[in-house]
Amino acid sequence: MRRRPPLNAWRVFGAPILIAMVSLVGLVAALLGDGLPDWISWATLSVPLIVIAWAVKARRT
Amino acid sequence: MSRSAILAWDAVHKWTSLGCTAFLLLLCVTGLPLVFHEEIDALTGAHAELPAAETATLHDLDAVMETALAARPREVGLYMSFDEDRPVVNITTGPRPDAPETQMHFQPYDQRTLAPLPMGSAGGVMDVILRLHTDLFLGLPGLLFMGFVGLVFLAAVVSGVVLYAPFMRKLEFGTVRASRSTRTRWLDYHNLLGVVTLAWVIVVGGTGVINTLSEPIIKIWQADQLAEMTAPYRDLPAPPPRKLASIDAAVKTAMAAAPGMRPQFVAFPGGSFSSRHHYAVFMQGAKPATKKLLTPALVDARTGELTAMRPMPWYAQALLLSQPLHFGDYGGLPMKILWGLLDVITIVVLGSGLYLWIAKGRRSTAAGAGVANDNRAVLDRAA
Repeated sequence: MRRRPPLNAWRVFGAPILIAMVSLVGLVAALLGDGLPDWISWATLSVPLIVIAWAVKARRT
Repeated sequence: MSRSAILAWDAVHKWTSLGCTAFLLLLCVTGLPLVFHEEIDALTGAHAELPAAETATLHDLDAVMETALAARPREVGLYMSFDEDRPVVNITTGPRPDAPETQMHFQPYDQRTLAPLPMGSAGGVMDVILRLHTDLFLGLPGLLFMGFVGLVFLAAVVSGVVLYAPFMRKLEFGTVRASRSTRTRWLDYHNLLGVVTLAWVIVVGGTGVINTLSEPIIKIWQADQLAEMTAPYRDLPAPPPRKLASIDAAVKTAMAAAPGMRPQFVAFPGGSFSSRHHYAVFMQGAKPATKKLLTPALVDARTGELTAMRPMPWYAQALLLSQPLHFGDYGGLPMKILWGLLDVITIVVLGSGLYLWIAKGRRSTAAGAGVANDNRAVLDRAA
């Protein structure tokens, strides 16, 4: 039987986990105050959209 | 992951997705205008600029209440709420103190002139959209059903994340195989858009589920803490609804007892948010989070005395915090725009998922096999 190569979970889930954590920071930040926390939320919640734009442009095969 | 595990998760993802996709599409499509309801209201004339008034002095709240009751002579006061950014008092009246929402009448008043303010023309349409989004016009059963749909959706999301691993094992993150078949391309879009919006979708979905439980949660609060706070009044007859103590004095009493907070709304005696004997003045903090965490001050509606004040219990606070996290209304217009864009992406994930299922069915029938090519390739790789 062929030996199964180890599934590198970090390679598969690294970027998604990072994006999820950044999004969570954004979801909580604006709850904590106005001004700077709002800016943090806007920046971090833009990350998923930026990643999509990047992938569609740079990872198109 | 073993072949049988992938097949099992695939079945979970397929059936949970099929079970909720139609409703989720409805929720996403109706949710989009709801995110921007304040802006839409403003465009259509509601919540417009206040007309200039000769005086900046405000009438007291009793005068506003009298004006409202004079306009609705057969009704009683149910709620009074206060705009944050302008001198406007909103009065909700109804035929009885415990009137259901459908019989309530809402009217904003200019506190400087006591003039009723126009309600805006989109009110009706937005109400229909809101009902479609929350309870499908079915009341509590509809709400609870939508909550269940939300849970099924969360199961679809989780199973989707599990399946993401075998599909992406040989692919760089973010790969879109645009030169391959339409189905492969859309599979990649589905995976990419789904996984990058994961945290947002789980938070908005999860808080949506909690929001469907608002009625039971408020009932528990009533039976638990509110009953405890008003225990000495339990056997007393209720005061007549049109002969209550000064509401202006009640609000001032509550404000004096909670320095640094402002009143958000007052619930009148006999409704869901108060006892039969009290004005419940709901005080809010100043920060976006503490603004949502309400503290009710109970003021005896006969004598005007403050009888109890304590923050809402944790389960009610969870509900109150779930509201901004679901609505996306706590970070200005840029946040609403992000909410709208993420909502549109979710629609694309739902639509592409549906397409993948239909395309797979077509191909399976053509090939006479149960598993489509892409899935088979994944299974081969896993084996």
